[in-house]
Amino acid sequence: MSLSSRHLLGLFGVPKEDIQLILDTATTFREVLERPIKKVPTLQGKTIVNLFYENSTRTRISFELAQKRLSADTINFSTSTSSTKKGETFKDTVRNIEAMKVDMIVVRHQSAGVPQYLTKISKANIINAGDGLHEHPTQGLLDMYSIRERLGRLEGLKVCIVGDVAHSRVALSNIFGLKTMGAEVTVCGPSTMIPMGIESLGVKVTHNINDAIANNDVLNVLRIQLERNAGVRIPSLREYHQYFGITTERIEKYNRNILILHPGPINRGVELSSEVADGPYQVILDQVTNGVAIRMAVLYLLGTMH
Amino acid sequence: MKIIFKQVRLLNPDQKLDKQDDFLIENGIIKKIGGLTDSDFKSAKVFEFENKICVPGLFDMHVHLREPGREDEETIETGSNAAAAGGFTGVACMPNTNPDIDSAEIVRFIKEKSKDHLVNVYPVAAATLGRKGEALSPMYELVESGAIAFSDDGRFIKTAAVLRSVMEYTKMFDVPVIEHCEDETLADGAMNEGLTSTLLGLPAIPNIAEDLIVARDIMMAEFINARIHIAHISTKGAVELVRNAKKRGVKVTAEVTPHHFTLTDDNLKTYDTNYKMSPPLRTRADVDAIIEGLKDGTIDVIASDHAPHSIEEKEMEFIYAPNGIIGLETMLGLALSELVHKKHLNLEQLIEKMSINPRRILKIKIPQIKEGEKADLTILDKDYIWTVDIAKFKSKSKNSPFDKRLLTGKSIAVINNNKMFYDDKIIEI
Repeated sequence: MSLSSRHLLGLFGVPKEDIQLILDTATTFREVLERPIKKVPTLQGKTIVNLFYENSTRTRISFELAQKRLSADTINFSTSTSSTKKGETFKDTVRNIEAMKVDMIVVRHQSAGVPQYLTKISKANIINAGDGLHEHPTQGLLDMYSIRERLGRLEGLKVCIVGDVAHSRVALSNIFGLKTMGAEVTVCGPSTMIPMGIESLGVKVTHNINDAIANNDVLNVLRIQLERNAGVRIPSLREYHQYFGITTERIEKYNRNILILHPGPINRGVELSSEVADGPYQVILDQVTNGVAIRMAVLYLLGTMH
Repeated sequence: MKIIFKQVRLLNPDQKLDKQDDFLIENGIIKKIGGLTDSDFKSAKVFEFENKICVPGLFDMHVHLREPGREDEETIETGSNAAAAGGFTGVACMPNTNPDIDSAEIVRFIKEKSKDHLVNVYPVAAATLGRKGEALSPMYELVESGAIAFSDDGRFIKTAAVLRSVMEYTKMFDVPVIEHCEDETLADGAMNEGLTSTLLGLPAIPNIAEDLIVARDIMMAEFINARIHIAHISTKGAVELVRNAKKRGVKVTAEVTPHHFTLTDDNLKTYDTNYKMSPPLRTRADVDAIIEGLKDGTIDVIASDHAPHSIEEKEMEFIYAPNGIIGLETMLGLALSELVHKKHLNLEQLIEKMSINPRRILKIKIPQIKEGEKADLTILDKDYIWTVDIAKFKSKSKNSPFDKRLLTGKSIAVINNNKMFYDDKIIEI
């Protein structure tokens, strides 16, 4: 069994069988992570570059760890240590890295489309670790994995994505992946955070958080970007929390069976109350562990393709 | 030197002229139409232009020639060569050079640099100093030194108060204000806002960013009874606003680029930066409305918005790449292919929009195909099938999304200022 593409650029258009294969492969690696010796020789001799043009600690560490667990050689390249600031073009940077004979590139960039562009200028397998407001496919995969781990399936489940959907690559990857896997997707947030016409992607829209809690099996709660939003798209963080924040009171009143996901880092007291963030309804730290397994699965499946 | 076009179709809607005849040009002047003698034929260089169409020289009222400032991307000379190759005898160049065209010195510099060329270059001056939207440029002096219109192209005039001042002051000279209608506070994006931008995850610019400023400018022009020309119209709403304003008698005119009637935001799905423009490529509904506007005369002019960019600038991450494409050498082919051959416009309408109307708006004499007149002409082969090849462009830049596109219709010769562009080069005649 192998994937139908040699890159992972997004979950848009990725067939169900591919997602299934990644999730199933991740289950195997998830087991490896529980062993005393958490390393397998699968990607020995492969060289992987983590090309990060945007600040990221968690995603980069997660990828790096996944690469090390698979015994690949890993190089981290981030803007602060690169020649980009000296005025080198992106293309030249990539060509330089390519000349060092790398097999795979994991890329995060502020601009949507950079992973696609990389496939044109590099021979390596490309994995998108987040491009602009576009996609973050491994996050979508690890979210689906975490849901499936808890609820045993994806098909027929009702999942609501809560928050700034208009400026979230996590939201798009979730929508595409979940729809493919047969889940029903709703988005919830203030109307300034829901893109016009999103219904045409086959998702429902609500602006009422209580309804969202009551009518869904899962809430995937997005991080509210403090610097970007306060005062522009929402009046204040206080008001956001009051009308869209997930609290224990709301969960207990509307749906005690709800499963809460959050891609992190959490703004406690904004999108989630502290009580919910640490409480029994969430699987936030499982998502982090599962993230390593998912990235191992993706790296393995792409790195061993012929 | 004497040249003869044998049995060419002479077409000029401005003169209600449409007939086939022999045609003699001597020393850059139209000497004889018909009635050519044997001795004329013996002493002249004869071009077999049967089935070709001779029209008043085409005019592109919206180009960026980049000089002064970015001579690595284009110069007045290379841009003029591209214009000649594309079938044009005149262009109006926009003021977003470095420095901006906001002083008489720069206007004179451009006039001086272009004076010996086949193509006439008419500078459009900045409406405000440095195109900052704050203080008026020295307009009287600019007009006197040769500026034919005012524009802060690249951006809109930010405040209604400054716009009012610009319109009131330019009214004295009866020259148009050309506006790039886009509210910057709504236009912080890289493509059109819609389902495609959501799918591509690119920051987006809604139609309303354009519609609002078109509405504002029309109202201001109506209030002051001044002239306003809407540059590169791109939305359905803006077309409707212009249509209604014209019905009310507002002195508004509008232009559209070939890319805005040929392409849609769907083309961005490859993230190719050659599809990144300002205003952005819109949807099919907008393109349909634009074609309707061209047909019913709401849109007066087709202009290229020729915007050269270096390869290293354009070959960048999408959100960082600059806006714009070159267009001088593909405009006529696209207009013929997309509008005339698809029966949206007839040839007369096309000549009006690419030769007569731009000159009328800018108050430049419309070339007449008449004995004794200066020869300012373009010869078209409207059925010539060719493939765009950016490597063959005269322009210094190559940023075109139309490379390898099959087009029907091309200019095969251009005559102006005692010069002729033919067979890929300019010769003295």
